Amino acid sequence: MAASGFVLPGLEDPAARPFWEGTARGELLLQTCADCGKMRMPPRPMCPACRSIRVAWTRASGRGRVWSFVVAHPPLLPAYAELAPYNVIVVELEEDPTLRLVGNLVESAEGAINAVDPSTIRIGEPVRVVFAQIEDVALPRWVRAGAAG
Amino acid sequence: MAHTIKDRTAIVGIAQTRFGKGLEDSELSLACQAISAALDDAGIAPGEVDGLVAFSMEDGREVEVARNLGLGGVTFFAQVGYGGGAGCGTTGHAALAVASGQCEVAVAWRARKRADKASRPWAQTGNRIDTPWQWSRPWGLLRPVDEIAMLTRRYMHEYGATREHLANVALAFRKHANRNPAATMHDKPLTREQYMSARWVSEPLCLFDNCLETDGALAVVVVSAERARDLRQPPVYIHAYAQGIPPQHQTMTNYFCDDPLAGPSHTCARRLWANSDVRPADVSVAQIYDAFSPLIPLSLEGYGFCKRGEGAAFTENGALEWPDGRLPTNTSGGGMSEAYVHGFNLVVEGVRQMRGTSTSQVEGATSCLVTSGEGVPTSALVLRR
Repeated sequence: MAASGFVLPGLEDPAARPFWEGTARGELLLQTCADCGKMRMPPRPMCPACRSIRVAWTRASGRGRVWSFVVAHPPLLPAYAELAPYNVIVVELEEDPTLRLVGNLVESAEGAINAVDPSTIRIGEPVRVVFAQIEDVALPRWVRAGAAG
Repeated sequence: MAHTIKDRTAIVGIAQTRFGKGLEDSELSLACQAISAALDDAGIAPGEVDGLVAFSMEDGREVEVARNLGLGGVTFFAQVGYGGGAGCGTTGHAALAVASGQCEVAVAWRARKRADKASRPWAQTGNRIDTPWQWSRPWGLLRPVDEIAMLTRRYMHEYGATREHLANVALAFRKHANRNPAATMHDKPLTREQYMSARWVSEPLCLFDNCLETDGALAVVVVSAERARDLRQPPVYIHAYAQGIPPQHQTMTNYFCDDPLAGPSHTCARRLWANSDVRPADVSVAQIYDAFSPLIPLSLEGYGFCKRGEGAAFTENGALEWPDGRLPTNTSGGGMSEAYVHGFNLVVEGVRQMRGTSTSQVEGATSCLVTSGEGVPTSALVLRR
């Protein structure tokens, strides 16, 4: 497997592992308390609402809206500097707008993170999840809701 | 009201090394030089120091500091975490320890070789991470500036803040630095045109929205109010002190909670003002942590100088500028134009304002708010004469 130079999850955090196993299957999973049903992200061992450590996973619709975004310029780590300027977005999820994920806005699952013209990105615009395979990790990224594919 | 530490301790010694880039001395050496000079400022011998409070990120730890300075025996030592959140925290811990009888002379300090690339945590990121950074860095949100830029864009969207407001912050602090011979940017004026045409670092933040990269060290000496009255410097009382971690907080990437723009300052302020006789309206000078310009409006809101969403507008009409602004802020130039030593220079400048020795002295100021990092578990002090 070619090294991408990207910073990637180690896949060894037990609380996070089901999330990354889900993305590998093309599923966006939200950690959910098995006792009180509250969804929480990022994953962690205990439910902050009821203190249960029993965990379930809910498959998300994969739809959300852009909550905020930045456009990163150098200095950056080398693999990222090559792509700069690129966007990073935070998406609020359809299931609960206080559940948010960091991502990139791309044109397709394998599209580059610098392909979308940053001047066209709008807070509030609807997006849909896609999964980009980088080394052994399927990273959730986002395309505009109306995009093909 | 519980038995608080209000006015029971005082800062009686301050010092700093020179600030620069690529200083030859190690962090430990810089720390020892600053502490030594602060003890001289106070007129206290090293053998009397029995309390040490360090940043957990500090390279020169308590044992090394004690061995170098020839301390006689230390009965209280502690560390405060979260980088820039710790400046007031270390000083506050020193005050708690003195007030509760765990030690009699406590020192807090910060030394940093920030300009050394090896000391930038983000540049040390490994390829594989299992920490909470796994939820942000893989997508290229790598640096503190990226993390704060994300909050800034949202803040602008929600409240109509603009780059003009951020420029108000950068220009005010630069003007103060231009009056401070010790400041890195003493000889470098900054115009609004230069700000507006500066290169981007992480849009919507440009170069001049960022703090400096500085080598240097500063230290403070804390003793009881009784002891302070007999020393050579006018006592600067630690009137109130608090720390803050808000609900569901995540350090720097505080996007995963109900109200991401209500940062640690909101929690810290609740305890700070509860334990203070001084009210925000009484404060006539402030030192507010400024790793990035948008932390100023966020902190102004958190510490109650204005309502939610009004922090950007607060900066208008020179409000942050000495001498006539509504709240002269970062009167030595702050992290953006004096030196970025994890905000510890803000504590020392707060003491100078209370002594009447700032290069941009606010006439008649009787109290000063000093804050630490917004965006991380934080801390704050109310100092008074």
